[in-house]
Amino acid sequence: MELIRTEKLEKIYIDEEVRTRAFFDVSLKINEGEFVSIVGPSGSGKSTLMQVLGYLDRPTKGKYFFEGKELETYSDDELAHIRNEKIGFVFQAFNLLPRLSVLENVALPLMYRGIPMKERNKKACELIHLVGLDDRIDFRTSKLSGGQKQRVAIARALVNNPKIIFADEPTGNLDSKSGGVVLEFLQKLNDQGHTIVVVTHESYVAHAGGRILHIIDGRIEKDEKVEKRRIISEEGFSK
Amino acid sequence: MIRLSDSLRMAVGGISIHKSRSILTVLGIVVGITSIMAVMSVGQSAEQLVIGEIQRFGPSNIFILPGRQPQGPMDAAGTILNDSLKEKDFQDLQKKSNVPSAKNIIPYVFGYATASFESETYDAMVIGGSEYMKKNFDLTIQSGRFFDAVDVEQKERVVVIGNKVREELFGNNNPIGEKVKLKDGKFRVIGTLASEGQGSFVDFNKAIIAPYTSVQQDILGQHYFNRIVVEADSVESVPETIRDIKTLLRNNHNIDNPDKDDFFIQTQEDIANRIKTITGILTVLLTSVAAISLIVGGIGIMNIMLVSVTERTREIGLRKALGATNKNILTQFLFEALLLTMIGGIIGVMGGTLLTGILSYAARVFAGLNFPYVFSIGGAMWGIIVSFAIGIAFGIFPARKAGKRNPIESLHYE
Repeated sequence: MELIRTEKLEKIYIDEEVRTRAFFDVSLKINEGEFVSIVGPSGSGKSTLMQVLGYLDRPTKGKYFFEGKELETYSDDELAHIRNEKIGFVFQAFNLLPRLSVLENVALPLMYRGIPMKERNKKACELIHLVGLDDRIDFRTSKLSGGQKQRVAIARALVNNPKIIFADEPTGNLDSKSGGVVLEFLQKLNDQGHTIVVVTHESYVAHAGGRILHIIDGRIEKDEKVEKRRIISEEGFSK
Repeated sequence: MIRLSDSLRMAVGGISIHKSRSILTVLGIVVGITSIMAVMSVGQSAEQLVIGEIQRFGPSNIFILPGRQPQGPMDAAGTILNDSLKEKDFQDLQKKSNVPSAKNIIPYVFGYATASFESETYDAMVIGGSEYMKKNFDLTIQSGRFFDAVDVEQKERVVVIGNKVREELFGNNNPIGEKVKLKDGKFRVIGTLASEGQGSFVDFNKAIIAPYTSVQQDILGQHYFNRIVVEADSVESVPETIRDIKTLLRNNHNIDNPDKDDFFIQTQEDIANRIKTITGILTVLLTSVAAISLIVGGIGIMNIMLVSVTERTREIGLRKALGATNKNILTQFLFEALLLTMIGGIIGVMGGTLLTGILSYAARVFAGLNFPYVFSIGGAMWGIIVSFAIGIAFGIFPARKAGKRNPIESLHYE
């Protein structure tokens, strides 16, 4: 079933009067349950595309449909609610709140839904268990290793049971072992039916998914179906 | 929608990131609220002190003063050096047919004189009155007696002395029957006054009281009165008593134009109202000065909140990415500002209460004033409300700024 569809999507930045075209002419479709990798060199526009697809930013031109409804019709508050309820993010820099505990970080999206503390802690605990950090539950996230931080971020992305997870260079700041663990998680989630979009500039990460979109200079040059997916749990992760 | 309890928890978390910074910021508000509270409370205490003094005289007392009604604080000379109230006025006021509703009429004369006994001397205020004076001022006799109508009539050289005068002149000896030298004459001490807290007008501890007749003749050498107090037979009859007094005095002084009156009349209510006006103006003025410190405190809050918003730009971006709306972010930062000002306000109210307590205690102990301690509930409420308003006024701008941040730019803020 179709989850995302874009028609001639374009994003232009104007920064200090310099116009930069991040991407253009992007028409694509992502179905539920897919694991899509967006690959390209740095500066190719892949991160910006992910931000627009993740409702963090609005496109300059073109049409974007999520679950069949067009983005343009949403207000900023509605976008915030959609991000909260339907989208999970995993960032390269983890983006956890360092002064909060693991539990509080994971439960944060539930707070913005108005769910009472007891209930959200219960839900967060389940996900912390899933990513194997039960013994770190009350730690401040500033005390965790990179790999642990990214697992917290994955738990947080999952806490609202989203329709889709966007991961922007999720292994970029990690050593190969931790990176492998994170990627394995994403694969596992995909196997359970979650839709996953990973942005990366490294092809061995990209090959963990079933489909690769190659983006060069702001345009999708190639939409490649991966014939032989790399199963991280079997093959391991190596840089 | 985010829960109120979560908003509060976030605010507490937010201000505890930089504890010492928050404490210093709160201090600005504390100083402002403390000074406002203290000024308002001390103002009320001072007013009560003065009003309490005035109320020694019952509400049916009417004061006749010589001269024009003072038009301002610099215009007092007219009343002091005026000799318009004569013995004839006093005699005529006493006639029932002239002022039927007058009950008691007490003339007063006063001045300063040096009293001496053996080798001791004391500069005292000498007050001359009639036998009704004791009741009029609600004086308490410690030993001996007050002078009576006969003493007044006979111009007897007798005095009742205040507590301080007794201590200075006689030490621990019994003064009753002793003769005190005042001006050129010798006056026999017939009574002493009980010690009393110092009022605002007359300190009876330092006063010597005698029949007005002998004070006029033997000490001050004057044939006029400094005051005449007319006690009306009821509060209701005060207006008609005043009317009768005015008619009589204008007649006696040959005045046909009321603008040219050489006397004026005050009631307890007039004086109380005037004092309330003065203390009111003073309180407002001083409060305004104190309020400036509160504005400075508010600017401090705004400054710190702006710094905080900038420092936490990435946090704002992240929260937005996770589903916080503009309003959620605005509320978060506004609550932090409010929490700071409300903590400052509450500590300030407590500080103000404490400071007022210390000030009124000091006034009693060191200045001997009968200074009442007034906890200004109005001041406390005002302090809390103002702190809240300061929080909103100075917190809304940084909070709005935070709320409007673009999620992506904020996430990538370095």
